Amino acid sequence: MASVADALSGPYAGHQPAQRVDYVEDVVRAFVIATVFWGVVGFAAGLYIALQLAFPALNLGLEWTTFGRLRPVHTSAVIFAFGGNALIGTSLYVVQRTCRASLFGGWPLASFVFWGYQLFIVLAASGYVLGISQGKEYAEPEWYVDLWLTVVWVAYLVVFGGTILKRNEPHIYVANWFYLAMILTIAVLHLGNNAALPVSFFGTKSYGAASGVQDAMIQWWYGHNAVGFFLTAGFLGIMYYFIPKQAERPVYSYRLSIVHFWSLIFLYIWAGPHHLHYTALPEWTQMLGMTFSIMLWMPSWGGMINGIMTLSGAWDKLRTDPSLRFSVTAVAFYGMSTFEGPVMSIRAVNSLSHYTDWTIGHVHSGAMGWVGFVTFGAIYYLVPKLWNRTGLYSTRLVSWHFWIATLGIVFYITAMWVSGIMQALMWRAYDELGFLQYAFVETVAAMHPFYVIRALGGVFYLTGALIMVYNLVMTVRAMPEAAAVGAPRAAAVVAA
Amino acid sequence: MSLFLKHKKIETNLVLMAVLTLITVSIGGLVQIVPLFTIETTIERVEGVRPFTPLELAGRNIYVREGCYTCHSQQIRPFRDEIERYGHYSLAAESMYDKPFQWGSKRTGPDLARVGGKYSDAWHVAHLIDPRAVVPESIMPAYAFLAGKRLDVAGMADHLRTLRALGVPYSDDMIANAATDMVAQRTVDGDAAGLQARYPKVPLVAGDGPVPTEMDALVAYLQMLGTLVNFSAVTPQQLKQ
Repeated sequence: MASVADALSGPYAGHQPAQRVDYVEDVVRAFVIATVFWGVVGFAAGLYIALQLAFPALNLGLEWTTFGRLRPVHTSAVIFAFGGNALIGTSLYVVQRTCRASLFGGWPLASFVFWGYQLFIVLAASGYVLGISQGKEYAEPEWYVDLWLTVVWVAYLVVFGGTILKRNEPHIYVANWFYLAMILTIAVLHLGNNAALPVSFFGTKSYGAASGVQDAMIQWWYGHNAVGFFLTAGFLGIMYYFIPKQAERPVYSYRLSIVHFWSLIFLYIWAGPHHLHYTALPEWTQMLGMTFSIMLWMPSWGGMINGIMTLSGAWDKLRTDPSLRFSVTAVAFYGMSTFEGPVMSIRAVNSLSHYTDWTIGHVHSGAMGWVGFVTFGAIYYLVPKLWNRTGLYSTRLVSWHFWIATLGIVFYITAMWVSGIMQALMWRAYDELGFLQYAFVETVAAMHPFYVIRALGGVFYLTGALIMVYNLVMTVRAMPEAAAVGAPRAAAVVAA
Repeated sequence: MSLFLKHKKIETNLVLMAVLTLITVSIGGLVQIVPLFTIETTIERVEGVRPFTPLELAGRNIYVREGCYTCHSQQIRPFRDEIERYGHYSLAAESMYDKPFQWGSKRTGPDLARVGGKYSDAWHVAHLIDPRAVVPESIMPAYAFLAGKRLDVAGMADHLRTLRALGVPYSDDMIANAATDMVAQRTVDGDAAGLQARYPKVPLVAGDGPVPTEMDALVAYLQMLGTLVNFSAVTPQQLKQ
C-alpha cells in the first residue's frame, strides 16, 4: 500500500532520499478549506437562531426555518462540520509529519474520507431542515446517515492507523494518542447511541433500541463524550502539535502528557449523568457522574498546564505572533470551561443552572473559546505552509480577528451567565404570600435584552471569522511562494 | 521513574495503544449503563403507563421531528417550585415507552411533562397556529403548517410493528386496528369504544377537519402527556428506585 501512495505522490516518487517524504497535502488543503467554509456557515446559523430567540418573527412562519429545525443545523455545522473537518484535516497533517510517512492509502482513500464526510454533513443538515431527525441532541441524523458516517469513519481510521503503522519514527507522538482515542471512542459512542430499527428500508424514520431512562443515560454517555472526545481529546491533539510548533519549544512535560492522556480518557466517560441530575435517572448513577465530573477537573488542568507552559522561554512570541495568541488563549478558555464544568456538575449548583442559558454559555465558552480559537491558531499556521507561502497576508488582521472574536465571546458568555442565573432565580422565587412570584412567560420576557446582547456577541464572532476568510484568501492569492520547490503537490522537506 | 519508561512499550505499538484505549474508555460506560437494564427498581412499579395510541405516536413523531425538545423539557425535578408549577416530579416509568426519550435539556419554554389536560384542544390549536395571539410574550415559532398536513393513516401499523420488535407491548389487536384507532381518536369521526378499551385514559381530540391532520396528532400527544399515572393511588414503596 505504501508503494501506491508513494507512486501517486508528486515529483519525488521513486526517488526517496532519507530525509524526504512525499506528504499527501492536497487532501489536507481541502479539509482546511472545508473547515473555514463550514465554520462560517455554522457561526451564521448560530447567529440566526440567536436572533430568532430575540425576535421570533424571524422564524418566518415556514416549516423549514423554525428554531427547532435550525438549531441542529447550527450545532451539527459547528461541531461536526467545522470541528470535524478541523480534526480530520489536522490529524492527517500531523500524523504524516510526526510519523515521517505519507498517508496510508494515498490520496484516493483520503479523498474518499474527505468527500464522504462532506456528504455526511450535507445529508444530515438537509434532513434537519426537511424534518428528518432522531430527536437526540448532537445525534440527530437518522439511521441512513449514521450508517454512511460509519463507513467514512472506518476509512478514516484505516488512513490514520495505517499511516502510524508505516511510520519511520520509533515512537507514536502524543498528539496522535489523542487523535486515535478520539477516532476509536467516537466510533464506540456513535454505534452505541444510534442503535435503531428503521420502520421501512425505504423510509427515513427509525426507532431506537433503548427507551426512557436507559435511552437518557446512553444519550448523555454519548453526548457528554462527544464533548470529551470530539471537542476535547481531538482538539488536545491539535494543541500538542501546533502549540510546540508555533512556539518552537518542546512540549512542557512528557510525563504530564502520559498522565494527562490516560486519566482524561478514563474519567471523561463517567461524566454523562451530570446532564441528568434530579431526573428519573437513579440517584446512584447521578452521584457517580458528579463525582467523576469533579475529578475530571484535574486531568483537564493538567493538560492546560502542559499546553500553556510549553511557552516557557517563548512568552515574547505572544506579542509578535497573533496566531499563537489564538492557540494559547484557546487553552486558557479550555482551563476556564473545564473549571466551570465540574462546578456545574455539582448537584446543588446544577439544580440552579440546569435547563437555563448558563449551560448554553458554558458550552459556548468551550466551543468558541477553546475549539474555535485552537482551530483558528492551527489554520493560521497551516495555510502558509500548505500553500507554500512566505507567510500570512496580514498579521494585523489576525490581531483584529483575535480581539473582535474575544470580545464576541465575552458578550456571549456574560449575557448567558446573567440570563441563566436570573431565570433560574425567577423560576424559584416566591412572593410574601407563599405563591410562585412569576409566571413562566414573565421569565421568558425578561430574557429579551440578554438574547440581544448574545446575538451581538455572535455578530462579533462571525465578523472575526469573515476577516479570517479575507486574510486567508489574500494569503493564497497575493503572497509570494516560499521556496523554489514549486511542485504541484508540494513535497515537503522534513524539518524537525 | 520506571513507570514512565514502561510507557515506551505502549507508545511504540499502535495495536497495544488502541486496545488499552478501548479498555480504558469502556469501563465508565459499562458501569453506568448495564445496571440500568438489570436492576429491576430502575423503573418504578407504578400502574397506568401504556404504549402510545397510533394518533399520539404520530403526534410524538411530529414533536421529535420539529425539535420541540430543543426548548421544552419533559422532566419535572423534585423541587418545591417545579412541583407547584408543573405537578408531581417525573418518574422513569412515565417515559418507559419513549423512543427516543424527550426529557430535554433546556427550558426556553415551560416543561411539558404534565401539560396534558391543562388547556383545551382549541387553546392548543390556536397556540400552535399563532403563539403570540394567545401568549403575547411568547417567542415560540408558529406551527400553522401542521393544520394542513394529512397523516399517513395506513402506514401507522408498520410503526407499531417496529416498536413491538423493540420491546413495546403492542398487541396483535392494537396493530390490526392501528388505522381505525387513529381515526377514532377524533370525536368528529365517531365510535371510540374499541380504542378506549385498548388504550385506557385516551384523550379524544376534537379534530380540525375532514381527515386526521398533523395538528390533531400533536394535540392528542400533548393532551396525554403526564396523565397516565394516578398519583393519588401511588404508594411510596412503588416510587422507590
